[in-house]
Amino acid sequence: MTATTSPSERELLPRYRSLRRRRIFASLGTTLALCCAGLAAGVLLVILAYVVVQGARAINWNFLTQLPHPIGVPGGGVGNGILGTLIIIGLATAMAVPLGLLTGIYLALFGRGPIPEGLRFLSDVLSGVPSIAIGLFAYAVLVAPLKHFSAFSASFAFMMLMLPLLVRTSEQAIRSVPQTVREGALALGMSNFRATMYIVLPTAMPAIITALLLAIARVVGETAPLLFTAFGSQFWQANPNQPMAVLALQVFTYAISPYPEWQTQAWGGALLLILAVLILSLGARLMLRRATRDLEA
Amino acid sequence: MTAAMAALAESVLAADDLSAYYGSNKAVGNVTIGFRRKAVTALIGPSGCGKTTMLRCLNRIHEVAFDAQVEGRVLLDGQDIYAAGIDPMSIRRRIGMVFQRPNPFPTLSILDNTLACAGRGVGRREKLEVAERALRSAALWDEVKDKLKTSPLRLSGGQQQRLCIARAVAAQPDVLLMDEPTASLDPIATAVIEELMSSLTEEFTIVAVTHNMQQAARVSDCTAFMLADETGVGRLIEVDETAKLFTKPSDRRTEDYITGRFG
Amino acid sequence: MQQLEPRFRRVARFVSPADRGFAAVVYGGSILFALLIIALFVELVLGSWPSIVHFGPSFIWKSAWDPVANKFGALPMIYGTVVTSLIAIVLASFVGIMAAVFLADFAPRWLATPLSFMIELLAAVPSVVYGLWGLFVLSPFVRTAIGPVLQKFLGWTPLFSGPIYGVGLLTAGIILALMIVPTVTAISRDVIAAIPRDLREASMALGTTRWETAIRVVLPAARVGIFGACVLALGRALGETIAVTMVIGNRPEISSSLFAPSYTLASVIANEFTEATTSIYISALIELGLILFFVSIVVNALARLMIWSVRGSERT
Repeated sequence: MTATTSPSERELLPRYRSLRRRRIFASLGTTLALCCAGLAAGVLLVILAYVVVQGARAINWNFLTQLPHPIGVPGGGVGNGILGTLIIIGLATAMAVPLGLLTGIYLALFGRGPIPEGLRFLSDVLSGVPSIAIGLFAYAVLVAPLKHFSAFSASFAFMMLMLPLLVRTSEQAIRSVPQTVREGALALGMSNFRATMYIVLPTAMPAIITALLLAIARVVGETAPLLFTAFGSQFWQANPNQPMAVLALQVFTYAISPYPEWQTQAWGGALLLILAVLILSLGARLMLRRATRDLEA
Repeated sequence: MTAAMAALAESVLAADDLSAYYGSNKAVGNVTIGFRRKAVTALIGPSGCGKTTMLRCLNRIHEVAFDAQVEGRVLLDGQDIYAAGIDPMSIRRRIGMVFQRPNPFPTLSILDNTLACAGRGVGRREKLEVAERALRSAALWDEVKDKLKTSPLRLSGGQQQRLCIARAVAAQPDVLLMDEPTASLDPIATAVIEELMSSLTEEFTIVAVTHNMQQAARVSDCTAFMLADETGVGRLIEVDETAKLFTKPSDRRTEDYITGRFG
Repeated sequence: MQQLEPRFRRVARFVSPADRGFAAVVYGGSILFALLIIALFVELVLGSWPSIVHFGPSFIWKSAWDPVANKFGALPMIYGTVVTSLIAIVLASFVGIMAAVFLADFAPRWLATPLSFMIELLAAVPSVVYGLWGLFVLSPFVRTAIGPVLQKFLGWTPLFSGPIYGVGLLTAGIILALMIVPTVTAISRDVIAAIPRDLREASMALGTTRWETAIRVVLPAARVGIFGACVLALGRALGETIAVTMVIGNRPEISSSLFAPSYTLASVIANEFTEATTSIYISALIELGLILFFVSIVVNALARLMIWSVRGSERT
């Protein structure tokens, strides 16, 4: 291909011209592929740019700490939404982590057989269920019978969303603790309980925390289930048994409203959500690096 | 086999017609052997002869593998450790193990590693004393006494292995099992640990698997030779005083092995 | 190998009381986990039962969605879901696979790493932020720029005829495409990178350009895994709710134009559930959720099967 041919030979070789055409196509194709990759990455930058520019206008101390004001009254903020997000995610984590860990421990210790495989299958099924269907489940179980919306039902829905990732990762993390560490603990005369909880699990912790951070990053922006579980509120609320404001829900409500002041606040809320997701993802990456570093020792 | 029978009677640890399986694969077949109290017994043999599996049956670590099964008896002070209702945990407290590659617990400090199974209900002061005693008997105290709270992962391979020995010793077992303890170490670290093995016999009975015949000859009082038969089952060929086994082995196959004709 | 009957079957591993309690708690947690997922399915069926009984299988092909008269048919929603997901998967597959090819085979390390990172970050952007951006940036753009251009050149087809509102099937499809591109790209890139080097080298030794090797040799070799990635992305698109709700116009109508507003299974639930007054209304919405549940399970199972067969036992 790179042979040096004289011009007369070039004319003689019938394939040379098509070679040039192939080369042009190849360059075009490569450029196209580059553009696609750039497009995908570029869209992120475009969205981020809009959110930052529009959102920064709305963010100030009042925005972060105050209750929403009625329409017509300027100012106000998403303070109750931020609080609600923290409470709901905190509750969801408190429920999802023990349940996910226990199931992961079970799968790691008793890995083979029909029952563990069934559990893994169910976990895969759950990870594919749309969040709105999970919201319906939370509604049917915790809202309809009790006849009122509650933050707890939202936490329940978030817990279901976080579980598959936690289960899968804790199983993998426990499995990747070297067998020799576990045997060393057992050989000392430790019970399975002590060996797992005090030796194996702590070694697997960085990977599990990484997964937890990613799971939280996912639910922090999740809105669909909130529509009929937490429902939202105009007031400060810390009682999980009551409807509660959530930041993602406020962004949604403000965005589809016809009022420009609220729409600006929607951008502000969106900026907060993106910041939260970024910080959590970065934290997860740092944790991941620490997890692989520990295991290599 | 009369030497073995006699050893059985007065030994602290003995195997009686012990067979070990992975699923339906028999890895170790019908081994009967006694391990002399407060002596070092070496288990030698070529790769795949079942010596490590045999060792792991002695403290019931073999059964941690998924398909592991066991037949026969292992007697600790005359009692069968595989009897129904016996908690493997209590057995492993009395029979400790050091593994081929050092395996300090990565999330615990050197001090906590040493004390991992040293018994509960001891006060702060006593804890340090227990740790010091264990680390001294592993010839590690002087090297780590100033960094007890640091991570064991910063220690060299030889030091980590001595830490594992200290950890096993701190639990005050009756017997110490060692699975090729110097296989992953350099010659100097190996020499340190071999010296340790002799001094440890003042308190413990030691059974050590080793790939290295010279090590067995240097370190042990008794040596047992294992070999896989035609079907792949590991058998005990000969067990005798070390000096005798290496100079005048009774079995042809032993002689072939120690003279390097195979393995 | 000798086949004996060993005296001890599976030696008991959890004998001491601490271990037995531990085993009980671990078993209990796992059972609870399984029960929760089964309960999810059961509750969806229970909730949609009145509607299933009342409307029967015709629910799926009736197109009337009239809350006042309590007449409900899922067809407009199914139509909207299918069309938006189709648009999304067509756009995202092309862009995503091209991007994956570039990242796996052409990009130098200093370029590939940040680009991959940015595309992965796209996946982390919350749905409501996509919706917000779609509503205030993309919709006007479709209304003023993309729409008229498409109508100018392709307006003779029913697909691109009719009034351009900005919100509608096309905008929703584009937003969905953006949301699922990271999935397609990331998995496809891994699948492509896993194709052994000898295949590429053999092709290049025959005199093909790198591009031709990538398109004619590597991609076909990776097609099962890439197809699986697309199907997985499709699964995500089908269940996407909030971003779609914000840009689709929320009208239960079937129209041939891509510019027309429409409805998807997920967005109708989001929009109308809290306003549903009668129990049959609620039940119909839950039945839509049940349909969504089944569809996503089937699609996801298909995708995982395909990706599994390429990556071995490593799970996505």
